[in-house]
Amino acid sequence: MTASPIKMMAQKTPDGMARTIKGLSDRAIAWIFVAPTIFLLLAVNIFPLIWTIRLSFTNFRVNRPNKDVEWVGLRNYERILNDPDIWNTMQATAHFLLWTIVLQVLIGFTLAYLINKKFKGNDLWTTIIVFPMMLSPAVVGNFWTFLYQPQIGLFNYVIAFFTGADPASFSMIGDVHLAPWAIIIADTWMWTPFVMLICLAGLRSIPDSIYEAAECDRASKWRQFWTITVPMALPFLMLAVLFRGIENFKMFDLVVQLTGGGPGNTTTLTSIDLKREAFEKWRTGYSSAYAVILFVTVFGLASIYVKALNKVKER
Amino acid sequence: MSFSVTEPTNGTKWFAGILVAAYAVITLIPLIWIIATGFKSPVDSIAYPPVIVFEPTLEGYVNLFTDRTRATPDMLEAAGPPQTWYDEIARERGTVISGPSRYGERFLNSVIIGFGSTALCMILGTAAAYAFSRFRVPLKDDLLFFILSTRMMPPIAVAIPIFLMFRNLGLNDTHLGMILLYTAVNLSLSVWLLKGFIDEIPMEYEEAALIDGYTRFQAFYKVVLPQAATGIASTAIFCLIFAWNEYAFAVLLTSGEAQTAPPFIPNIIGVNGKDWPAVAAGATIFLVPVMVFTVLLRKHLLRGITFGAVRK
Repeated sequence: MTASPIKMMAQKTPDGMARTIKGLSDRAIAWIFVAPTIFLLLAVNIFPLIWTIRLSFTNFRVNRPNKDVEWVGLRNYERILNDPDIWNTMQATAHFLLWTIVLQVLIGFTLAYLINKKFKGNDLWTTIIVFPMMLSPAVVGNFWTFLYQPQIGLFNYVIAFFTGADPASFSMIGDVHLAPWAIIIADTWMWTPFVMLICLAGLRSIPDSIYEAAECDRASKWRQFWTITVPMALPFLMLAVLFRGIENFKMFDLVVQLTGGGPGNTTTLTSIDLKREAFEKWRTGYSSAYAVILFVTVFGLASIYVKALNKVKER
Repeated sequence: MSFSVTEPTNGTKWFAGILVAAYAVITLIPLIWIIATGFKSPVDSIAYPPVIVFEPTLEGYVNLFTDRTRATPDMLEAAGPPQTWYDEIARERGTVISGPSRYGERFLNSVIIGFGSTALCMILGTAAAYAFSRFRVPLKDDLLFFILSTRMMPPIAVAIPIFLMFRNLGLNDTHLGMILLYTAVNLSLSVWLLKGFIDEIPMEYEEAALIDGYTRFQAFYKVVLPQAATGIASTAIFCLIFAWNEYAFAVLLTSGEAQTAPPFIPNIIGVNGKDWPAVAAGATIFLVPVMVFTVLLRKHLLRGITFGAVRK
């Protein structure tokens, strides 16, 4: 975004007009308007963050408040990075992230492409498709366990209907191999519309004149798709991937209600593992270090990604 | 209608329309199933094969809102004839209603915390957004970055110190605590969205008002606020939906007093184990308002979900 005329005016007003108008000065108003927000953000967002970092160097446990808190340096971090279970968790998270993003991008982009054909009633269908992503993930996740019930579940019934398998013969959330897919399917159902909406905005931002020019040059539809549609929608697609990546890295509510991290540890994503460490085992210092590591990981990956995104945008 | 080479042919439109409609129908099935299950009897809800046509009953809703105890035939007789229609439904299952369930309270908590935090967020957010939009304020350019980075932290990770902080302040499991927490979580996004909306209002209106002798504050609430009303409303709906749906903080920081519906609904247990019709009834009452809001919000949806990065 470049400096808009509005912004430039906004910057000019305080100097010129402040003295001529009645009431509080602009600077006072600016402070009165901003201060409560800044205060609340500092108290609830920044302060806890700093506290977490501080706790991560200690052996503090919430359930033993009277025990002396020892400063343990980097020991928590060492233990986490050498813990094979954490790497399993990371692998489960990576699997979940990869497949949800692949499926959601494929389905979401296809849908957006089709909706952009501007058939009658596309607004209505778009609104209907968007419903799942606005709903409470915990409530919806809980209900998916019902759909996934062996024998009586609707999902099993439909699969059985089309494949001829016995609907009681497989359990999406009870089977070690199927459970990771159970959460991927539910998440894809819920969040594909998100990718679709962003892709749709991208496709609508491409001016018709470019296609008209290509048509004059007798470029085939196939060629137009790969040389115009895809590259021009790419920044939007990448933005969608960024948001989904961040959201699914910290995925908690949907999956904890669906599988609770089981069976075994096959669907224990990082957030679920973190919750166990912090609120079931009450290893506060350890889990704080864990939280910091997760934050740094997402932050690092996202920064690299945003750089790449900006490069694509500049092209 | 003018001829255009880029206009898809009718055949293409039909093809695209049918595929999209098919996806929409498939995506709706789980939602329809939730709503339908709420009106099924417990037997129908777990029947094999799954029943599509069934005799609707309000048993799920009765079970959702009441606590019941199993009663022997003697006890049923001693209790006399059923007084109300819901009493009758409970009696048919050999149970008597012992009192209202906690669902009503939980739902009310969701309403109080949802609307409370949304209102507070809008009051603080609109003021801050106006200042960010119109005045030179330090940190302005870091705001989007700040929003993104607060969103990168898993809620569980921040929940630890917030849990400690709230415990020290006596805010654990209180409405006020949850309202403040959700306000703070929503605030950075709201300020950013609202700033976008206010940026779009031309400065000239306010300047005219200032020259007419309004104070800055009057110009803000008599000129800017009415024009930003649509933007404020859609931002408010976003905040409301977030607070309404939030689960991680709610499950960790509330247990009795201020527990909202999302941690409660999955744990509804009937007399014979999991009572799916009651769970579905609770989910239906909880989800349908959000669907209504989604329809109201559809024009500004994109802006909200991408934190204003895509404006259309």
